[in-house]
Amino acid sequence: MLWETARLALRAILRNALRSFLTVLGIVIGVASVIAMVTVGQGSQAQVTADVAKLGTNILMLRPGGRGMAPGPGGGASVARPFDLRMVARLEHGLDEIETAAPVSNGTATVVAGGENYRTQITATDARYLEAANWPLVAGRNFTEAEARSGAAACILGETVRREIFGGLDPIGQSLRLEAMSCKVIGLLAAKGASSFGSDQDDVVLMPIRTFQRRIAGNDDVGTVYIRVADGVATEDAAVAITYLMREIRRIGPEEEDDFDVIDMKQLASMLTQITGVLSGLLAAVAAVSLLVGGIGIMNIMLVSVTERTREIGIRLAVGAQARQVLMQFLVEAIVLSLMGGVLGIVLGLGLAAVAARFMAIPFTPDPAVVLLAFAFSALVGVIFGFFPARAAARLDPIEALRHE
Amino acid sequence: MAGDPPLIRLRGVTRLYGQGAAEVRALDGVDLDIARGEFVAIMGPSGSGKSTAMNVIGCLDRPTSGQYLFEGVEIAGLDRDQRALLRRNYLGFIFQGYNLLPRTSALDNVELPLIYKGMPRAERIARALEALEMVGLKGREHHDPSQLSGGQQQRVAIARALAGDPRVLLADEPTGNLDTRRSVEIMDLLVSLRRQRELTIVMVTHEDDMAAYADRIIWMVDGRIDSERRNGKVA
Repeated sequence: MLWETARLALRAILRNALRSFLTVLGIVIGVASVIAMVTVGQGSQAQVTADVAKLGTNILMLRPGGRGMAPGPGGGASVARPFDLRMVARLEHGLDEIETAAPVSNGTATVVAGGENYRTQITATDARYLEAANWPLVAGRNFTEAEARSGAAACILGETVRREIFGGLDPIGQSLRLEAMSCKVIGLLAAKGASSFGSDQDDVVLMPIRTFQRRIAGNDDVGTVYIRVADGVATEDAAVAITYLMREIRRIGPEEEDDFDVIDMKQLASMLTQITGVLSGLLAAVAAVSLLVGGIGIMNIMLVSVTERTREIGIRLAVGAQARQVLMQFLVEAIVLSLMGGVLGIVLGLGLAAVAARFMAIPFTPDPAVVLLAFAFSALVGVIFGFFPARAAARLDPIEALRHE
Repeated sequence: MAGDPPLIRLRGVTRLYGQGAAEVRALDGVDLDIARGEFVAIMGPSGSGKSTAMNVIGCLDRPTSGQYLFEGVEIAGLDRDQRALLRRNYLGFIFQGYNLLPRTSALDNVELPLIYKGMPRAERIARALEALEMVGLKGREHHDPSQLSGGQQQRVAIARALAGDPRVLLADEPTGNLDTRRSVEIMDLLVSLRRQRELTIVMVTHEDDMAAYADRIIWMVDGRIDSERRNGKVA
């Protein structure tokens, strides 16, 4: 009987194909947006996790700043003292917990070569950076220790910079101008693509930090220290040891707050995951509202349908249908309708997510549990919003219904 | 046959609509016996209660008071769903406006009551085809009502009413929308089916020509049976 009812419902729906489609459009859009949001959200979480895994979970980042160093209301009165290379060296040699400590400074500069002109990011560092960042070269070579120490005018290009400046030419051995300095290209980085936040990681020029300090920044500052923790040492323990040593190096009194931050990449990762999770949850909640609206659309059209088909209901009652059977018929019709909407929405949502994943360079990871949930939810929408019209149909008086025009 | 209770027995059946000053006595103490196999026509001016009588006999409506015995069983107090079961298993209806499901083939229309009987699909189709052949619509099983003439539509309705093998056929102005020739064809069909199937027919009509096909004509006025006349013809 249920199968029979479903078959009849399907027939009634197909009899009015266009109207049925318009009716379920709300459900289609609602389900599609939920599926797309959640799938993209999960993809970017996977991306963040993968990024961090690539970087290594045994990395700590050290930055000037700290809790007491937030800019006060008076303006930038409380800027943290910058780091310098001597401090980095003391830190690296002073602690067994640290395997390497790579100084990094960032800046921007205009690159000029052969009439081409391009503004890009500078990452100034030393010879250990590529290994620390797990970033291979596709051509040329890394800085030598000597080049790093002496501040040689050598640079390594990211893929985007190479494309913008040199096009199809081989950049290795070429010279380019970075602001006021001339610089020789010695290496080319492997393309990485966009980061978790959509910035182009290949839009970069690497150079020795001493060169950057002397020729571009005009100071001895070091922006950040990337610390690789020695094997077998917990990053939490290393962070404590680093904090103690840093307070000593920077002569911070017992009453004073730290003027630096130790950032654990692991914590950063879980924070990022949390943020993307909250964001995609929020978006999914908004999408869920459109599901509600879609459900009301179904209820509306089913009520219209009950009115239009009053005579049909009368006929069914006359030939011996019981109230329960009429109720079931309209309820099943609403459920079949919203399930069709749900399936269409799932297909559309996964399609959208696949396209978005491609553009955002994140993995496309459809989650069967989410798909199943969306399917079940659209059935539930049918039950909830179909019940009221179905009950209205079942309560019709057979004589009145037969007389209805 | 004399010792059997009548198939249908109404005693003091009253049906009130509305309340207080607006109260309408659609039926006012109707006593009526209809024997098994009898063909009864109910006539009367509009508002005389003939349709209400038909609805009560057809279990579409229930009396406000009085007795309704069907095959000797009291059924006046049955609820909606119980009356639906009675209609499903013992009664068949045809209407002035045919009341076929639109955009639904003749076959599917005739199948409808069998679905509610819970008959398996193959058997249902066989029964429906048989019923359509019986009313002379073989070859039109897959036509929609819109593709059929009025007389053909009423034949589909008759097939639908009889597919479930009911005891009583209730006909509400069955020829009201048809011209004289089609009307005669439909009445001839009803009479011949009645003979083949020992069917009891209760028909509401306001046309004397159609009432003439019945064994007995009941004339209603103001919710009461005013007079009764037996036709000379023996069915």
